[in-house]
Amino acid sequence: MMDAVARPTEAEPNLSAIAADAAGEHAVGRPTVYVYEAPVRICHWVNAFAILILMVTGYLIGTPLPTVSGEASANFVMGYIRFAHFAAGQVLAVFFLARILWAFVGNHHSRQIFYIPVHRKQFWKEVLHEIRWYAFLEREPKMYVGHNPLAQTAMFTGFTVFVAFMIVTGFALYSEGTGIDSWQHKLFGWVFAIWPNSQDVHTWHHLGMWALVMFVMVHVYAAIREDIMSRQSIISSMISGERQFRE
Amino acid sequence: MGAETFYSVIRRQGITRRSFHKFCSLTATSLGLGPLAATRIANALEAKPRTPVIWMHGLECTCCSESFIRSAHPLVKDAVLSMISLDYDDTIMAAAGHQAEAILEETRAKYKGQYILAVEGNPPLNEGGMFCIDGGKPFVEKLKMMAEDAMAIIAWGACASWGCVQAAKPNPTQATPIDKVITNKPIIKVPGCPPIAEVMTGVVTFITTFGKLPELDRQGRPKMFYSQRIHDKCYRRPHFDAGQFVEEWDDEAARKGYCLYKMGCKGPTTYNACSTVRWNGGVSFPIQSGHGCIGCSEDGFWDKGSFYDRLTNIKQFGIERNADEVGMVAAGTVGAAVAAHAAVTAVKRLATKRDDTKQDH
Repeated sequence: MMDAVARPTEAEPNLSAIAADAAGEHAVGRPTVYVYEAPVRICHWVNAFAILILMVTGYLIGTPLPTVSGEASANFVMGYIRFAHFAAGQVLAVFFLARILWAFVGNHHSRQIFYIPVHRKQFWKEVLHEIRWYAFLEREPKMYVGHNPLAQTAMFTGFTVFVAFMIVTGFALYSEGTGIDSWQHKLFGWVFAIWPNSQDVHTWHHLGMWALVMFVMVHVYAAIREDIMSRQSIISSMISGERQFRE
Repeated sequence: MGAETFYSVIRRQGITRRSFHKFCSLTATSLGLGPLAATRIANALEAKPRTPVIWMHGLECTCCSESFIRSAHPLVKDAVLSMISLDYDDTIMAAAGHQAEAILEETRAKYKGQYILAVEGNPPLNEGGMFCIDGGKPFVEKLKMMAEDAMAIIAWGACASWGCVQAAKPNPTQATPIDKVITNKPIIKVPGCPPIAEVMTGVVTFITTFGKLPELDRQGRPKMFYSQRIHDKCYRRPHFDAGQFVEEWDDEAARKGYCLYKMGCKGPTTYNACSTVRWNGGVSFPIQSGHGCIGCSEDGFWDKGSFYDRLTNIKQFGIERNADEVGMVAAGTVGAAVAAHAAVTAVKRLATKRDDTKQDH
């Protein structure tokens, strides 16, 4: 299930086949593994873009821009901001759903962000190792084909759970506008059984946004850092789908 | 007393059959019912005995009653004297003392399972309910006794529906909404502090006419009055969509009647009919008078921070902070931590490289 390998043996290239030029200088051979399939990468970037729009527009809905002058009929500032928010929200929902479906179809890396193997001792050991690595207590990082165990934990809680929470509360709030007979209210109206006053749902939706802001910060930082420190490609992997391991 | 029909009562009052049918058409229209409903209402009012109503008062301020008696469509005179048989209401009834209390027992025995119990206010449960004594007994006991044989219960106002101010933190008397005390009867919540007069009489008219509760939403409120937010039907909504807001109470935007969203108007989270039915016979409602909605028909509206803040304060963080302020501090902390971590990483990396270089020599 997990890719706890120090070195991906399945991708060990044939070193003798590496070409050398006239000066005897060898091209550097770097083992690569295909990790992220196209649907995973598309979902990643669409969701990233949608979340960015949602954060900016969402903040502006809670704290609107300064008042515009002129007739009300000549302006639609708040309307456009809200439209962008709702549109991006539905795009996120669709691609999040598509991503869940792909987890059933795709390779085992595509399933990683949807669970934490809580029952496996080895997993927690390696989480600890990763924590020690981030706390500068380990000299050498382990290499993983997919997410490292700490990253998997962070992806599951920081992304999958929070985004699901935002989609559910988001649709519940959206149903306030579409009305009591809408499918949004039928599907997500139960949120108001938990918080009868939708003011509370708004507050939680705001807090969820900030949780995602924090996730994005750590996510981007960790991706850049591991790209440099763990001698494996992280950022380009989400574009090409291939993970390259450097010496 | 309750055996008379509505029709026989108004005929006795000298109202013609023609006027009676006019009234039925008007009621059908005001309730938003179809063309056949007027005939059905007429039939019901001619054939059905008037519904006995018991109106009780728990911990409350009587603002619901004050609102109710100001109803214009239908006039409360019609509702109280003709449509229903208001057998007991300790605030406005003539009888008092044992005479008054005897009516409760009588109604319970005579109209078992047929009367409506309208409750204004709520019972406090702390100290055995002694914070609200009514007729020598804790109100909660009286409530339970009368609820037992009622057909349905109307929970008037924010008190009976949600708890309102007496249930606001820390709620020393443990004031509890009706649906948390009575769980085996259909309860219709008519929240608001107070509810709109026409909404109250409208609900009563519906129940007496059709002999059943109107369609309720998930939270037990009648859909016909509470399915939309103030915001959805607010006449200032175009200013909201345009991005035109009042920023200060005395600014130009306030004079022009722009949206009160930034002034903490709770219209976007409040379900009520104020922006359509309005108040005082349709004269105005808070937003029309230049003040934001305070969300008085919503659960726990006293505990959601200031009436003048857009974002709700989160008291758990010691000082009063809203979600965005809490979030910004947390994100700032994470940002600082990331920066510090990056700095340590860079220093470590340099140090390791130097070590490696040393070892190579």
